[in-house]
Amino acid sequence: MCGNEALAEAAIIAGVDAYFGYPITPQNEITAYMSKRMPEEGRVFVQSESELAAINMVFGASATGKRTMTTSSSPGISLMQEGISYLSGAELPAVVVNVMRGGPGLGNIAPSQGDYFQATRGGGHGDYRTITLGPSSVQELADCMSLAFDLADQYRMTVVVLADGFLGQMMEPVVLDKKPRRKLPPKDWALTGAEGREQNIVRSLWLGEGVLEELNYKLQAKYEQVQKNEVICEEYEVDDAEIVVVAYGIAARIVRSAVNKAREEGIKAGWIRPITLWPFPTKQINRAAEELRIFLTVEMSCGQMVEDVKLAVAGKAPVLFYGRAGGSVPSVDEVLERIRQLTIPANKQKVKSKK
Amino acid sequence: MKTVFTRTATLKDCPTHYCPGCGHGIAHRLIAEAIDELGIRGRTIGIAPVGCAVLAYDYLDVDMIEVAHGRAPAVATGMKRTNPDKIIFSYQGDGDLAAIGTAEIIHAAHRAEQLTVVFINNAVFGMTGGQMAPTTVLGQVTATTQKGREAIGEGYPLQICELLAVLPGAIYIERCSVYNPAQVRKTKKAIKHAFELQVNGAEGLSLVEVLSPCPTYWRMTPAKAMEWIEKEMTKTFPLGCLKSFELTK
Repeated sequence: MCGNEALAEAAIIAGVDAYFGYPITPQNEITAYMSKRMPEEGRVFVQSESELAAINMVFGASATGKRTMTTSSSPGISLMQEGISYLSGAELPAVVVNVMRGGPGLGNIAPSQGDYFQATRGGGHGDYRTITLGPSSVQELADCMSLAFDLADQYRMTVVVLADGFLGQMMEPVVLDKKPRRKLPPKDWALTGAEGREQNIVRSLWLGEGVLEELNYKLQAKYEQVQKNEVICEEYEVDDAEIVVVAYGIAARIVRSAVNKAREEGIKAGWIRPITLWPFPTKQINRAAEELRIFLTVEMSCGQMVEDVKLAVAGKAPVLFYGRAGGSVPSVDEVLERIRQLTIPANKQKVKSKK
Repeated sequence: MKTVFTRTATLKDCPTHYCPGCGHGIAHRLIAEAIDELGIRGRTIGIAPVGCAVLAYDYLDVDMIEVAHGRAPAVATGMKRTNPDKIIFSYQGDGDLAAIGTAEIIHAAHRAEQLTVVFINNAVFGMTGGQMAPTTVLGQVTATTQKGREAIGEGYPLQICELLAVLPGAIYIERCSVYNPAQVRKTKKAIKHAFELQVNGAEGLSLVEVLSPCPTYWRMTPAKAMEWIEKEMTKTFPLGCLKSFELTK
């Protein structure tokens, strides 16, 4: 299955009640798949008139307590930022998949990781966070859908699944199985009609003096819980490594191959792969920086996650960056060459190049 | 003593924040009466706009949501599609529905969403300080048309009912007003009908436009504002049913 279809089916298995979306490349397989499968399951599919409408349809469905999602690619996700800010203010759960493409502007339709800032900082207005997952295989993309819905419901937050054009389009074998749901709080805040109870109100406007400040502190306390409980990352051969390469998503697959080749050459290299991009594995990276070693961040952007790596390393070690932008993808050899340059002393390098 | 008139249950017993002579209070009451007369309070969800009526949930005792400016018909779509048994209505002003939210209302009608829309047209942006709305009439002085609105450069008044009535998915479109008791009764009938259609599963969108006074930003007394609707505003926005839908008994 291609990543786009796998994540769509995984969302259905995870119990999504309603899907709303607007066509945009490279994620069109999702809308097409959902238009067929959701009605088969007796669930809701609507092709909206814009991404603005799609995210607001999500807002409406979520407010009534339903599991709901939308998907898009970079320019469409930009249009959704208003809605994500409102979802965050009103504390409504939602899942948003971004199959990233090259930017800025209309950019191109090639894979990119240029929306890291937008996803992890909260691209809309106000003090809010979105949980951001960065899977690196079709299997992991599928697996993170049920996690995304659970996290959204548990914390009443927007969860962004940050994929890219590669993950969306590439085909890999995938096992789709139903995972047990977390123990989730009841949605007693949902709008279901006020039969036999007082009215429920879903809102994000708080005009009274200090009321909005209190709401913000409440949100921050929630975000702290997420940072404490929900970090996921993967490490490989970090213990003796002279160089640790940090990458997420499809870039991490390239890094894995480059690090393996470096090890074959006798270079002590390892990697760290953040799976949750927010909350970021700050502690894990900081711990790795206790030893004297070099950090190299590899991204399909001009350097976005590298800022989080620097914050995590906190000046304990040098943090370097290698990336390709605008829809171009770093090759294994390019990354390997960077690893060599950073680890092999200058004289050895000369000998090597003479061969 | 026999009670002949009382507050209807869905209208909360509290003062509103609206200016003296504002039409929102009347419109709120008519919606509350329609909901109570149809006995649908327990399954109704309302959508408050961005604008003066953003706090409508403080006055209407039903489940309510406050949404981004103009996006109510999209939010309503998300609600109704996932909850076909619920009665969903949006309450939107002219800035909300006729400026920033034109795409959403046209496409909700175009998709024949089973929704009830109450559209309050007071020809200005009220909450932000009386700026020109798409529905500001030609020659009308506002904060952003200080010499009076001119068609060329500032645009013609946008006639939403006429625009929507041509869409097959819009099944009931009526323009009313509240400038005198007879008109208030007509508006009540229209709003109730718009809810009734949804209750009966009529397949399409119903919209009732209400020409409503804004004495504060029209710089008029409440009485003069009512007169201005009757004498001036109805020239641009003629009252009447533009598209009717009869329920088969």
